[in-house]
Amino acid sequence: METLNALVAFLNYVVVPATSYGAQLALGALGVTLIYGILRFSNFAHGDTMAFGTATTILCTWWLQSNGVSFGPLPTALLALPFGIAITSAMVLATDRTVYRFHRKRKASPVILLIVSMGVMFVMNGLTRFIIGVQDRNFSDGDRFVINARQFTEMTGLSEGLALRTTSVITVGAAVIIVAALFWFLNRTRTGKSMRAFSDNEDLALLSGVSPDRVVTVTWLLVAALATTAGVLYGLDKSFSPFTYFQLLLPVFASAVVGGLGNPVGAIVGAFVISFSEVTFTYAWKKVLTYALPGSLLPDGLVQLLSTEYKYAVSFAILVLVLLFKPTGLLKGKSL
Amino acid sequence: MTTMNRNLLIFGGLAAAYVAVGILQSWTLALSILNDGLIVAVVALGVNMQWGYAGLFNVGVAGFFALGGLAVVLVTKPFDPAAWQAGTPEILLALLLAAAVMFAAGRAWKVMESGLLRVVVTFGLLAVGFATFRMIFGPAVEAVEAVNPASAGNIGGMSLPVPVAWLFAGGLAAAAGWAVAKTALGLRSDYLAIATLGIGQIIITLMMNEEWLDRGVKNITNIDRWPVPHEVGLQQQGWFISLAEFLGQDVRTASTVFVGICFALVIGSILVVLLALLELMVRSPWGRMMRAIRDNEVAAEAMGKDVRSRHLQIFVLGSAIIGVAGALYVMRHGLMAPQSYNDPLRYTFLIWAMVILGGSGSNWGAVAGALIVILLWGEAESVGPSILALITAPLNDGPLKQHLVDSAVQMRLPIVGLMLLLVLRFSPEGLIRGR
Repeated sequence: METLNALVAFLNYVVVPATSYGAQLALGALGVTLIYGILRFSNFAHGDTMAFGTATTILCTWWLQSNGVSFGPLPTALLALPFGIAITSAMVLATDRTVYRFHRKRKASPVILLIVSMGVMFVMNGLTRFIIGVQDRNFSDGDRFVINARQFTEMTGLSEGLALRTTSVITVGAAVIIVAALFWFLNRTRTGKSMRAFSDNEDLALLSGVSPDRVVTVTWLLVAALATTAGVLYGLDKSFSPFTYFQLLLPVFASAVVGGLGNPVGAIVGAFVISFSEVTFTYAWKKVLTYALPGSLLPDGLVQLLSTEYKYAVSFAILVLVLLFKPTGLLKGKSL
Repeated sequence: MTTMNRNLLIFGGLAAAYVAVGILQSWTLALSILNDGLIVAVVALGVNMQWGYAGLFNVGVAGFFALGGLAVVLVTKPFDPAAWQAGTPEILLALLLAAAVMFAAGRAWKVMESGLLRVVVTFGLLAVGFATFRMIFGPAVEAVEAVNPASAGNIGGMSLPVPVAWLFAGGLAAAAGWAVAKTALGLRSDYLAIATLGIGQIIITLMMNEEWLDRGVKNITNIDRWPVPHEVGLQQQGWFISLAEFLGQDVRTASTVFVGICFALVIGSILVVLLALLELMVRSPWGRMMRAIRDNEVAAEAMGKDVRSRHLQIFVLGSAIIGVAGALYVMRHGLMAPQSYNDPLRYTFLIWAMVILGGSGSNWGAVAGALIVILLWGEAESVGPSILALITAPLNDGPLKQHLVDSAVQMRLPIVGLMLLLVLRFSPEGLIRGR
């Protein structure tokens, strides 16, 4: 019984939060990694692309809600998501045509493209703040829990409850579907294959008749969809503010780099490495240990390795360690 | 137009713009923007050194800048005997121990042959070290933070004069820069950028949360600002009151303007000294070597130049300059607020925009870029809302109009971004061409 309680507490406070956060990071990191693999630069504007996508989705959600539309037990934002993705796609494609294409055609070095993305980051960040303001926003509606802690304890008779929030379930479900679809697209379709070819060897791909403009356009569309979905899922789970999303750039980059930049599977692995270590390092293990250990062995403190404020620091410490020992990431990424 | 004339025109135009702000708005505002501008100009010199001379991509600027501020607190604040009694020596001991353990683990990893034993020894050292560190550090920190928590709760300073703080700020940031360079300089451009961004954020997170060090989010006020006088003190001085009367100004405004001028002189002279030193360095054989390395590392290496240690050297020097600027910033605002640095857009990327606009590799360009961008940044705050009110005048009053006017200040971000994008596209060498 005690062991079961310990397990439930562990699931409730560590596994569930880390899994849904990891799924959100994975979607974000996939976007970063696609851009790195195909367009060959680190996109510093990615956090703000997520913010912009989420902001437009929130606006559409409000519009839907004001018209009395709802999605039953699910958040209305899911209905608004396609609109958000469409607007964000238009935005990133416009950015590519007006900004990135010029530098791409001149074969600018990755560092110059990185600086260009810094400019885009400023513009997008300001636009998002201008459109929706700087406040924290909660836009989740529908049922809060699939199972709440009390229902769970009543059902199982355990003293520790396991709460499953709707947003966690949606996040993980959506992430699984999107990742499956993405890998099917990259591995099975003609366009996906040409994208991978372009990423592996640009010159050879061009010789084989791959159209670079098409590859670039499809990449940006995928990136817009991934970034918007990641942002909306994160916002449903926690809340939205332009500044938090700008900061998300850090763990998202850490995930992509830890897994190996340019490698989609790596991005997912990296995201879960980062999310699980953030949670394990900053969770106070006392509660789990109370069940798992006999009273005499129980430590006095909270058994928390680092305070929760250090969660971004944890992701970066891991990033730096990985860069030092395996500079191309856990799974093989590419280095420009 | 010769380059000289062009540069004179740029700086002349800038001077005119600041004077115009003084005449049209107020001298207090003009001097306040100018002082911030002079400080970020120093930061821009540091970033330009790393990026423009050596092509090293440092986006951890905010971290080094914050460390400079921390140095001022640690040097100039009065010594706190109660905290010393409570546990300052133990904290210092624990930190020394941590450094020793890290060094030992690093050596072990380097010296031993790869294999299971090496992993066990290295990580064993780290684990034992961390446990011992927590055992000494934890109670000492608790004791120090319990000393008079409402107004102190930190280890206090060394009661030393301000100029020592400037040097110490440079030293502290240089030490951090050395550590970063040692670990991350081997990485390629993009990875270096991401690593420095992370390390910068870690420094700021530490400063925000380690209350024994700098009171964290509770801030430290009343920072010593020698040799600049305080407004309140000035307002009581006989000579100053008569000077204000002679100029026909009220004493309060006159005192803020006077203090602003004093700051401008102090910060301006430090900027000029640094600028002169840097210009001498660029023209020396050392500068020529740095350009050779930047433009073709392989060729420079083949000519017998030690690229790695030159990169290390320049990264450390650049960080030191950023640290000095951080010290000046805290001194000018009289406040050490760690969480205010938690804004990479303002403290890191804005500096980058200045360096790119001014011209990578050009010291004068970095200064000009800094003064231009900060003027734009400050003015967006002061006149942005009224401009937007003017534009939206035809609209009916309502939530939309209110929202637009309230958000006006955010428009400075897209403006800086657009400027950066336009420069990169149409004039990548920036305003003043670097060597």
